[in-house]
Amino acid sequence: MTSLFAVVPAESSDDTPVRRITVSVNGKRHTLDVEPRLLLAHMIRQGLELTGTHIGCDTTNCGACTVLIDGAPVKSCTMFAVQADGHEVTTVEGLASASELHPIQEGFRDEHGLQCGFCTPGMMLTAKALLDENPDPTEDEVRWALSGNLCRCTGYQNIVKSVILAAARLRANNHVEEDEAP
Amino acid sequence: MTVDEVKIGGLGARRTRVEDNRFIRGMGNYVDDITLPGMLHMEVLRSPLAHARIKSIDTSAALAMPGVQLVLTGELLASRNLAWMPTLSYDTQAVLATDKVRFQGQEVACVVADDPYIAKDACEAIVVDYEPLPVIVNPTQAMADGAPVIRDDKENQHDNVVFDWEVGDKEGTDRAFAAADMVSELELHYPRSHPSPIESCGSIADFDRATSKLTVYMTTQAPHIIRAAVAMVAELPEHMIRIVSPDLGGGFGNKVPIYPAYVVSILASILLERPVKWIEDNSGNLISTGFGRDIYLRGQLALRSDGKILGVRMHTDSDHGAFFSDAQPSKFKIGLMHAAFACYDIPVAHLTSRGVYTNKAPGGVAYRCSFRITEAMFFQERMVQAAADDLGIDQAEIRRLNFVQDDDFPHRTPFGFLTDSGQYAKCLDIGLEAIGYEDFLKQKEEARKNGRLLGIGISTMTEPLGAGNSREYDILGIKMFDSAELRVHMTGKAILRTGAKSQGQGHETTWAQIVAHELGIPADDVVVEEGDTDTAPFGMGTYASRSTPVAGAAVSMVARKIRAKARKIAAHLLEVSEEDIEWELGRFYLRSSPESGVTIQECAMAAYSNVPDGMEPGLENNAYYDPPNLTWPFGCYITTVEVDPLTGVWDVLNVVAVDDCGVRINPMIVEGQIMGGLTEAYAMANMQFITFDSEGNCVGSNYMDYLLPTAWETPGFELHEVVTPCPHHPIGAKGVGECATVGGPAAFVNAVLDALKGTGVRNIDMPLLPDRVYEALTEGHDVSGAPPLRTD
Repeated sequence: MTSLFAVVPAESSDDTPVRRITVSVNGKRHTLDVEPRLLLAHMIRQGLELTGTHIGCDTTNCGACTVLIDGAPVKSCTMFAVQADGHEVTTVEGLASASELHPIQEGFRDEHGLQCGFCTPGMMLTAKALLDENPDPTEDEVRWALSGNLCRCTGYQNIVKSVILAAARLRANNHVEEDEAP
Repeated sequence: MTVDEVKIGGLGARRTRVEDNRFIRGMGNYVDDITLPGMLHMEVLRSPLAHARIKSIDTSAALAMPGVQLVLTGELLASRNLAWMPTLSYDTQAVLATDKVRFQGQEVACVVADDPYIAKDACEAIVVDYEPLPVIVNPTQAMADGAPVIRDDKENQHDNVVFDWEVGDKEGTDRAFAAADMVSELELHYPRSHPSPIESCGSIADFDRATSKLTVYMTTQAPHIIRAAVAMVAELPEHMIRIVSPDLGGGFGNKVPIYPAYVVSILASILLERPVKWIEDNSGNLISTGFGRDIYLRGQLALRSDGKILGVRMHTDSDHGAFFSDAQPSKFKIGLMHAAFACYDIPVAHLTSRGVYTNKAPGGVAYRCSFRITEAMFFQERMVQAAADDLGIDQAEIRRLNFVQDDDFPHRTPFGFLTDSGQYAKCLDIGLEAIGYEDFLKQKEEARKNGRLLGIGISTMTEPLGAGNSREYDILGIKMFDSAELRVHMTGKAILRTGAKSQGQGHETTWAQIVAHELGIPADDVVVEEGDTDTAPFGMGTYASRSTPVAGAAVSMVARKIRAKARKIAAHLLEVSEEDIEWELGRFYLRSSPESGVTIQECAMAAYSNVPDGMEPGLENNAYYDPPNLTWPFGCYITTVEVDPLTGVWDVLNVVAVDDCGVRINPMIVEGQIMGGLTEAYAMANMQFITFDSEGNCVGSNYMDYLLPTAWETPGFELHEVVTPCPHHPIGAKGVGECATVGGPAAFVNAVLDALKGTGVRNIDMPLLPDRVYEALTEGHDVSGAPPLRTD
């Protein structure tokens, strides 16, 4: 319905600066007018209504707000939306297709790598960035890669197992694809 | 024909979690994910000072900012009799400060605006004129002669004492000490710690003038208690209040209390007739919401020379902050501190406890424990270790010698609790075997020769979980029962609702497993709903590891009521009398001809289509369960560490946990809870540092200073189990979510002190930061962690 109307801001004060940015989120291009001080996390959550990206700490410690910018994990609560202009953002909503879960998501479910679920999106995206770079990480490599993401429920052991299981399944999938290639 | 219980996801099945399907897709529904039409945003202005008189508050600049809808101060609240609210511990607490601020971070004003950025800007435009007052940050200062009275708002409060309380047998204990071969004494501080769920607190209040109904979405572990409290505080009729607790991003006790900003958001919505959202920032969460612990112990054990404990004497001084708003429903001022030593056979004991006000945040909560049990078990296990060292006997042996024996149950503890089951020595033996106790002692000796410091620490304890029976608990007079409502649809599918509220425990998964166990309906056919007071039966919520002991029992009981009715229907369908049929999982059959039978699903269909004459149609019921006793799980935690003598840094080598929580509904979930608990135990022992300087500034107000362990530091865990079913729980289960947090810290601390044995150091207060360990090691003295923070 948005093509039928646009909300006119009630009293946009003249001294409120606005910047126009274009960001690709989960493969979809968005052009938005944003205040320069708007945090990327808020743009994703409130602006694009993708609430899977959570906000935990405001100080870049907890990693609940982790998204991928051009494939690299970034804590979106300490990045401005304008800094994402022209970049590709992946959020947890971009991990799965409508019908199929990503092996990392399956790994977290199968190894009980989550309890309250609040840190999970950030954990999975950080794991994705790791596995994209290193398809066969050791336990220590997984622990190091995830050390910017806090979890208060699980004690991490099952998260580590989730990522290692996902890595094995991804390798097996890739192996099958390679075999099938002409 | 027999249904395989594990295949249908019954008891003992490692069923993957139902709730994960939304969480792994980012489709959870946490409070901050909810947006209502016309919603406004609220921000809180907090006091920068720990103790100060408010001379004036000027809100004019804030009100003049475009987009600001409302500024609320204590004065406005006072005009509606809302400036103060009652606490769960029979005290009062300021909602917004009127006369004084009493801790750093206290709520002074709130701004409601079109968006959260404007609200934050407007908070900064509020000008508050403060007159600083002397600050108190520990019990010694609070009780000193001439100390300023923090709670001068209360009539008849002429000092800073909240309570003086005692329990046990003083004379008998004195006699035991007079007869002792040796007295071992220890002074400890269990530091303030914060539960720190990654999701902070928040609420969306939505008052609808047309229907007079107030809906509040909020981060609460106990929605029904909130409804009752809002009815009393805001004087709204209870049936016109709906509290919805959506998905919670962790709780750990932090989301039990009623915080001022919840109340202000409700008032703001009533005044503005629009939804008002408040989302707390992380610093606000750390400096103002329910902390845990902050308690000092002077403990003494009367000992026979062989290690037998003849008597226990404990005195505690607890720091409750500026308002006594401990979120604890026990009938005892210091919670269940006197559950200490419950796993040991001790003839006599005496405990005195004093609580004081200080200029620190209020709201002592049971951070992943049941009301001072963490402190009780930590004190107990530190005292036992010190006694073993003082006597020069083995730390495993002293425990074995004093354990309540397996055939000694039910056992009355020296403070009057009744423990009912356990195999303590067996758990200890399994733990010692797993860690390789004898070998490690040899390794430790060898390492010493090379200047390396290895240590091993043991902690064994039983704790009372599952608040609780009405003898020991109530909340403002309400009994601590819980409830379940089960509706079986005609096709044999079902919906279950309980008065508990999961915050990561996985109730949607495990409650369905209990139904599967009782009725043979596959767990996948049972949907579980919690957290909405308009639909869930009245319950007391989830904390104190009470879900399985209380609500879980209610689930069993309601399923059994359903089964009883289904049995009558089955008899009707089989055209026999009830006495002639038997039950096996999922099916009633003729005793005389077992192949003739009807399934629970067929009974469900008949309940809506073919009931016997005189029977009400339908297959639904509810159950309220008031537990006859607490459950008493047992935990044995053993850790080995190596201390670096050059830096004071200590590394964990191994952690072994042996937990006996009775029958396990879903072993995968139980193990997850134990590992989470062990991590918090490690965190408190090692790094979670929240303290105060002499001016009352909170050190640890963000995750830069308040260190939470990451995947990198957190050790791996080896888990073992023993199963001693709870004799009074319908399925033999006991609480477990908190055992490792409660029993774990002493294992780590004991291990580090074991590594320092021979240096003359008997105690280092948690967290065992490298500088504290280094100081103890190099200067050969105990290191206290009591505030104010040392700045030397």
